[in-house]
Amino acid sequence: MAEPALSIRGLTKVYGNGFQALKGIDLDVAEGDFFALLGPNGAGKSTTLGVVCSLVQKSAGKVSIFGIDIDTDFARAKYHLGVVPQEFNFNQFEKVIDIVLDQAGYYGMPRREALPRAEELLRDLGLWDKRNGSARMLSGGMKRRLMIARALMHRPRLLILDEPTAGVDIELRRSMWEYMRRINREEGTTIILTTHYLEEAESLCRNVAIINHGEIIRNTSVRDLLAELDTETFLLDLAHPVEAAPDVEGFEVSRVEPAQLALVVHRGQRINDAFRSLSEQGIEVVSMRNRANRLEEMFVTMVEQGNDALDRAAAAASGKEARP
Amino acid sequence: MSPTQIAIALWTLVVKEIKRFTRIWPQTLLPPSITMTMYFIIFGSLIGSRIGEMDGFSYMDFIVPGLIMMAVITNSYSNVASSFFSNKFQRSIEEMMVSPMPNWVILLGFVLGGMARGLGVGLIVTLVSLFFTRISVAHPLLTVGVVVLTSALFSIGGFINALLGKKFDDISIVPTFILTPLTYLGGVFYSISLLPAVWQGVSMLNPILYMVNVFRYGFLGVSDIPVGWALAAIVAFIAVLFGVALWMLEHGKGIRS
Repeated sequence: MAEPALSIRGLTKVYGNGFQALKGIDLDVAEGDFFALLGPNGAGKSTTLGVVCSLVQKSAGKVSIFGIDIDTDFARAKYHLGVVPQEFNFNQFEKVIDIVLDQAGYYGMPRREALPRAEELLRDLGLWDKRNGSARMLSGGMKRRLMIARALMHRPRLLILDEPTAGVDIELRRSMWEYMRRINREEGTTIILTTHYLEEAESLCRNVAIINHGEIIRNTSVRDLLAELDTETFLLDLAHPVEAAPDVEGFEVSRVEPAQLALVVHRGQRINDAFRSLSEQGIEVVSMRNRANRLEEMFVTMVEQGNDALDRAAAAASGKEARP
Repeated sequence: MSPTQIAIALWTLVVKEIKRFTRIWPQTLLPPSITMTMYFIIFGSLIGSRIGEMDGFSYMDFIVPGLIMMAVITNSYSNVASSFFSNKFQRSIEEMMVSPMPNWVILLGFVLGGMARGLGVGLIVTLVSLFFTRISVAHPLLTVGVVVLTSALFSIGGFINALLGKKFDDISIVPTFILTPLTYLGGVFYSISLLPAVWQGVSMLNPILYMVNVFRYGFLGVSDIPVGWALAAIVAFIAVLFGVALWMLEHGKGIRS
């Protein structure tokens, strides 16, 4: 059986101030996967990825990249790893071409190989025309693409993308998605993605892990996760405003705006029954859409459940009542 | 990494460092040249002509080696301190940390970059001094050897300073409050034989005195202190500081959380 692209066992990180960012997490990412690591801010996503790419020192646990233990041969493991961090981390005063060529140099790639590779990547990512300009002159989206080009220079088998599309407009985001899909599909590059755009994870990723308070609370396929979705909330745009939320038997309905209702549909319920009831009350629906992305709804539910459990545990420990 | 890959990585880093300080030459190469020219004009030419001889040489000839060494020390130190700290500040140091490049290559790359600037400025100051005096070198090999070693030593010092620094102020404190006074009191402008015995003893605690004196010995053939002892001290300092800097890098001091 092939070694996983990334294997994490019992990973723990305690920062100098005593904060335990990771509480012994286990995680496997198969070769060729497009994997989402999701979690709220401060959950431990960036710490986990920081340990994998040597920017954060772990307190305990084992990490292997394609079977290579980072404790025994990190240099060899790093050859397989490309990293696109959350924040811009290149010298803003350097030329675009120098940034990617220097990165190739750090991996020991000769200039005669690095030059055509740089041209290929910069062309693919729409940066070739900017190659001789200073990196600080690039737009935010271009800077993100520059970091992707830089990370791919040495042809890594595992690419870590830490919020690669943060602050990028929707058109550019979709073109970046297409590029990521292509390198995953055509070159077989394993991709681990963290993002706050749950639509992005749902659209791109096959498997997902959700991390909260330094623990993996779910690790499954996106399809299985969505199949567990018990509840979906739809926003209904009405032809005419209503005074109050109508009573629809078996459904939770609330008025969002005078001409907009929120309809909560549980698994097993037929949405047609709700429409029939609304129609009988003379309420005409002109359009509808999901209130949130489906994965987002699942994610929020799980994170809230996790937070509630923590609150209850804390309250039990202190002898106080948990907040509702 | 194979030896070839290590050589490519090291070359990449050194060239990058040289490109950095040559790109901003009005900040890195020009100011020390102008400052040293002022020293030559004011101390060497104007005041020096009234001072007379120092250790049997004209005052201008006496201060030339010291001023070259002063330029080499401050530029080697500040180049690595500011470059490495900027990399930390902009987080571009992560480019190197995520790569398979060994830590000793990272350290050596920055040190060689610092030496390139320190020795480059030293060469510029030497050329400027030719407008004021004729330079003769009594021991060429020793002269080159000691300036290279001193440049290496202070480049490593700048690296450690940058590793420990948390804000830009931290990398200017050492050059301003430690390096400059030690250099001025390290026999650049005077022979310590002019000092009372007590202050001669105190001066002997200043490591820069040894470097300036050995360098001057290379030029003029005179020194206040034993040359062999001074060379051994410089080499020992380099070995110790390189070891400390490498240990700090390996343990992520100042760069890894």
